[in-house]
Amino acid sequence: MYVYDQFDQAMVDARVAEFRDQVRRRLEGHLSEDQFKPLRLMNGLYLQLHAYMLRVAIPYGTLNSAQMRMLGQIAAKYDRGYGHFTTRQNIQYNWIRLEDAGDILADLASVGMHAIQTSGNCIRNTTSDQWAGAAADEVADPRPYAELIRQWSTFHPEFCALPRKFKMAVIAAEADRAAMRLHDIGIRLVKNAAGELGAQFYVGGGMGRTPMIAPPIRDWVPIDQFITYCEACLRVYNRHGRRDNKYKARIKILVHELGAAEYTRQVEEEFAHLLSQGIEPPAAELARIAAQFTDPPFETGLPDSMDLADPAFARWVRVNVSGHKAPGYAVVTVSLKPAGGIPGDASAAQIELLADLARDHGFDELRVTHTQNVVLPHVRKADLYAIWQRLEATGMGSANIDRIGDIIACPGLDYCSLANARSIPVAQAISARMAAREDEIGELKLKISGCINACGHHHAGHIGILGVDRKGVENYQLLLGGSEGADCSLGTITGPGFDEEGIVGAVETATEVYLARREAGERFLDTYRRIGMAPFKEALYG
Amino acid sequence: MAEVQFRFRNDELVEDAMVTVDAFGQQANASAVRIEPGDEPRDLLPHLERLRLVEVNFPAFTDGRGLSAARILREAGYAGELRAVGDVLVDQLAALRRCGFDAFAPEVPLNEDDARAALARWPAAYQPAADGRAPLWALRHGQGA
Ligand code: SF4
Repeated sequence: MYVYDQFDQAMVDARVAEFRDQVRRRLEGHLSEDQFKPLRLMNGLYLQLHAYMLRVAIPYGTLNSAQMRMLGQIAAKYDRGYGHFTTRQNIQYNWIRLEDAGDILADLASVGMHAIQTSGNCIRNTTSDQWAGAAADEVADPRPYAELIRQWSTFHPEFCALPRKFKMAVIAAEADRAAMRLHDIGIRLVKNAAGELGAQFYVGGGMGRTPMIAPPIRDWVPIDQFITYCEACLRVYNRHGRRDNKYKARIKILVHELGAAEYTRQVEEEFAHLLSQGIEPPAAELARIAAQFTDPPFETGLPDSMDLADPAFARWVRVNVSGHKAPGYAVVTVSLKPAGGIPGDASAAQIELLADLARDHGFDELRVTHTQNVVLPHVRKADLYAIWQRLEATGMGSANIDRIGDIIACPGLDYCSLANARSIPVAQAISARMAAREDEIGELKLKISGCINACGHHHAGHIGILGVDRKGVENYQLLLGGSEGADCSLGTITGPGFDEEGIVGAVETATEVYLARREAGERFLDTYRRIGMAPFKEALYG
Repeated sequence: MAEVQFRFRNDELVEDAMVTVDAFGQQANASAVRIEPGDEPRDLLPHLERLRLVEVNFPAFTDGRGLSAARILREAGYAGELRAVGDVLVDQLAALRRCGFDAFAPEVPLNEDDARAALARWPAAYQPAADGRAPLWALRHGQGA
């Protein structure tokens, strides 16, 4: 894992001092709220319905046990005892006082963490595959490249007042576990026939009110030029992205309006120019970073089999445990989605337990997933039973990864000032209602947003739910057929919306159509793609 | 016209008449130009040798197009004064300096102490820009000044 050197530390320490100074100037009246707002946003501090929310960056979703422990302590000390893991592999606290924000940032800095660029119109925290370094199918560990992007994008002076926010993701496998093509820039690392590493660039994806799947704009950028290519992509956007309408300001609109070919032409021109500007970090810097992402000292000769006599444990292993590149090891995804619970929420005690598990069993490493769960990436199979028991005892033993209860939900009207409808209670009702049928239904990704901004990724759900306001009453539209994976697609609205009770029944009805019509081996999504919308419509409205 | 409040150059203050980017190409004796956010800074590149002052207007500090314009001019070798005007605030100064600005004429004068603290804030920079500062990777690998 990447560990700060004195330079990184000095930068986050300077940021804490800067933020304290900004708060002081705001309180003394040197800064108006309009002037202060973009500054606090660049530090991850939002004003929500009831309090400030602080979003803390977890670069590419990777953290160690000391950092996880600090996240728990912050929840206990400054929040109401909870943290909320987000779809961008970050954590946010919903009950923060402005006066405490500087102290929280200082606590974070003490473990090499920060809230830099977790909000605002700048390059946000870069996300990645939560199985990086553990997955057998990756051509390289994507994290050193994501770290290179982190450093390049941090306090980038030219890109601190972009038309709109900017999100990047890096993966290194055919399988897409990071919704790469739904980012402003998605990068897939690939190897050519000669075994050299390069970067494929996809630009202009995103959700929100105009969802778009990013088109590929370049098949191969030599890996020793990929930061320069990022810079070219950003410069064209910063100069030509729309600034007249907030809702048309994301890069996806620029790429769409120019056309991918013309956008690419402009990027290539800028890239050719920037290659002579000495922007690319040298190979030595990549090597320095990559050396911090080497494999942990895996033991050899470990048994690959487990005692699965306990049926509840066997079920959890089947659903939440995945293969690892090292024999005798496994990847554990801890579900933060108990039936009837708030998706992605963890108590201070739960967060500390996750830190303990990583320390005791997981080479000190943890990951946050964009589906709002937590991964222990390197666990001995022999330790799984002990881990599961500790998770069970603390309410984190749900065996439902990628099942209907593993819902992504945005904060919605319970917290968010932009919301049209509540997301959390709908997620709670669905997961409670459907829990008993999860095994029968199998893989089904359900995602809920409380408004058209789509923070809950509803476009990309096998089943998506969008909260809207209909004459002052919360109403929920149902979408079917989205996917965030390598087979990326956007969902289609079924028809008229439902009220809060009705949407839960509608989800159940959709699953019944699937169960009645599925063929051997089909997931919900496969059946939908084969039979189309009509049978679902018929059952829902017929 | 707002006063130049901070200047990081030793040559004399340029007071030449300011023209627009569109007009600059036609006015063979003009030496000072004002760039608005939507202007194409590369239109000036054929005329760099007679340029002494480029003023970049920030109608709103949240519009970062002027940051790209500044860097593009510096990358092309422009060495004259690059002055940020308009909605220029304390917390943008460091980024503006890094993009190559060496003079500031904020619409509303800035608190001197706050501005000085902001300009001295950052111990280093992660990436190269237009201020000649060695990026952290250069310092780490012994290439820095
Ligand atoms: S989707 Fe809408 S309601 Fe949900 S968090 Fe985003 S802005 Fe708020």
